[in-house]
Amino acid sequence: MQTIDMASTELRQLNSTLQAQSKEIVESDWVIENTRGAHALAVGLDAPINVTIKGSTGYYCAGMNKQANVHVTGSVGPGVAENMISGSVTVEGDASQYAGATGHGGLLNIKGNASSRCGISMKGIDIVVHGNIGHMSAFMAQSGNLVVLGNAGDALGDSLYEARLFVRGEVKSLGADCIEKEMRPEHMEFLADILKRAGADARPAEFRRYGSARKLYNFNVDHADEY
Amino acid sequence: MCGIVGLFLKKDDLRPRLGDLLTDMLITMTDRGPDSAGIAIYGDDAGGQKMTIQSATPDEDFNGLEETLTELLRAPVRMRVIDTHAVLTLPEGSEAEVRAFMAEKGIRVMGVGNSMEVFKEVGLPRDVAARFGVRQMAGSHGIGHTRMATESAVTTLGAHPFSTDSDQCLVHNGSLSNHNRMRRVLARKGFAPQSENDTEVAACYISSRLAEGANLGEALEGTLQDLDGFFTFVVGTKNGFGVVRDPIACKPAVMAETDDYVAFGSEYRAFANLPGIENARVWEPEPATVYFWER
Repeated sequence: MQTIDMASTELRQLNSTLQAQSKEIVESDWVIENTRGAHALAVGLDAPINVTIKGSTGYYCAGMNKQANVHVTGSVGPGVAENMISGSVTVEGDASQYAGATGHGGLLNIKGNASSRCGISMKGIDIVVHGNIGHMSAFMAQSGNLVVLGNAGDALGDSLYEARLFVRGEVKSLGADCIEKEMRPEHMEFLADILKRAGADARPAEFRRYGSARKLYNFNVDHADEY
Repeated sequence: MCGIVGLFLKKDDLRPRLGDLLTDMLITMTDRGPDSAGIAIYGDDAGGQKMTIQSATPDEDFNGLEETLTELLRAPVRMRVIDTHAVLTLPEGSEAEVRAFMAEKGIRVMGVGNSMEVFKEVGLPRDVAARFGVRQMAGSHGIGHTRMATESAVTTLGAHPFSTDSDQCLVHNGSLSNHNRMRRVLARKGFAPQSENDTEVAACYISSRLAEGANLGEALEGTLQDLDGFFTFVVGTKNGFGVVRDPIACKPAVMAETDDYVAFGSEYRAFANLPGIENARVWEPEPATVYFWER
């Protein structure tokens, strides 16, 4: 295990050291200390390494992650795990706006709450939020799964494509073209697996599923007068 | 962009360190606002009314001012000069006369109050804080701002905080879109903004609501109905500290609370030097939700 102390390390030095593991893994377990809420910690990683960030972070933590498992012991600022490709990002605390935005794959596991625009434009990422999510979450979400153990704010899944949304608590309101859908066996199976992987204390049967009504996919000639 | 910070102490132990802690918070937010900085700090009750004034030519304007005012008011006036600012302690009931005097001399009044003092200037937050000796200041609560101007020019008067009534001040991250209409509404109520700045309109709005009898929570609630645009406001009153974000809430905000204090920051970085922050309750204030503390 190697420890990097941010009190004596430049951010670029940290990121290039971690990014260099994609060529040759010289160390598979990293601990980052004294982050003091810094931005862009552990971004652009592309190796199956484990990175523990002690404390809370600022903007864009673990952005563009591929393969790596990043674990934050505190809370994260806006844009955590933005555009993640694979691997996992776990946050013990809360996440600010647009967590997991545009993510293509991997697992973003938020143990606390996530605020507004969680999973905006997600493209295949799986996001589990153990607490609540804020308004406009999963806006224009294209694929992947958003699993929320708590409540969802206003306009969930507005202009949704084919992402699947599972919420255990209350949904304040659904966005345009987002509707509740039936829970089929494959959804129960998926939830059982992801809840286990995320270490979430919940049963699949407690969730409701929301998805696209697919009414916005094509132009409806009956609406021609409205333009 | 802009960075905003606030610190409200629940206990007296940290009072001597308020300025020091606020300075660290302010400097950390330099990336968000490098063009101007300011703070409003609630220190000791002066046992009279304090007026913070500012001049572009302090050597000239402040020279002999204490004596001139003492003579004018026929009562003792004390003056403490701090860089381009000075804090006057005035006899009760003399505010209007002193304001008229300052207007005539072209000296700007930054704020009045029994405990509040306001210091703001153009420049890097580190330099502004050093010029005013903010680190040495003590008090019960304070708010600060680092500015990246969008709606009006980079000037001392365009910097935050804005104080539009006794012991009241406000800092803002965002931009208001209905400030010109509100300016006219507020002018009719006797709270005309002095600058072209949109934030001052919000400060005047809150002052007008408080003057009408609303409490701080109600006044902040009113901003959600009456002000249009993007905003995170942090507001100070003599005994209170409040926060509100617009319903879209795209301007960042984070709060921390311990048994000793409540802190606000645009980013978590601002909290890094606060005592006990590792065990504080840290959360993001909800959109369209008013938070306020009063002692």
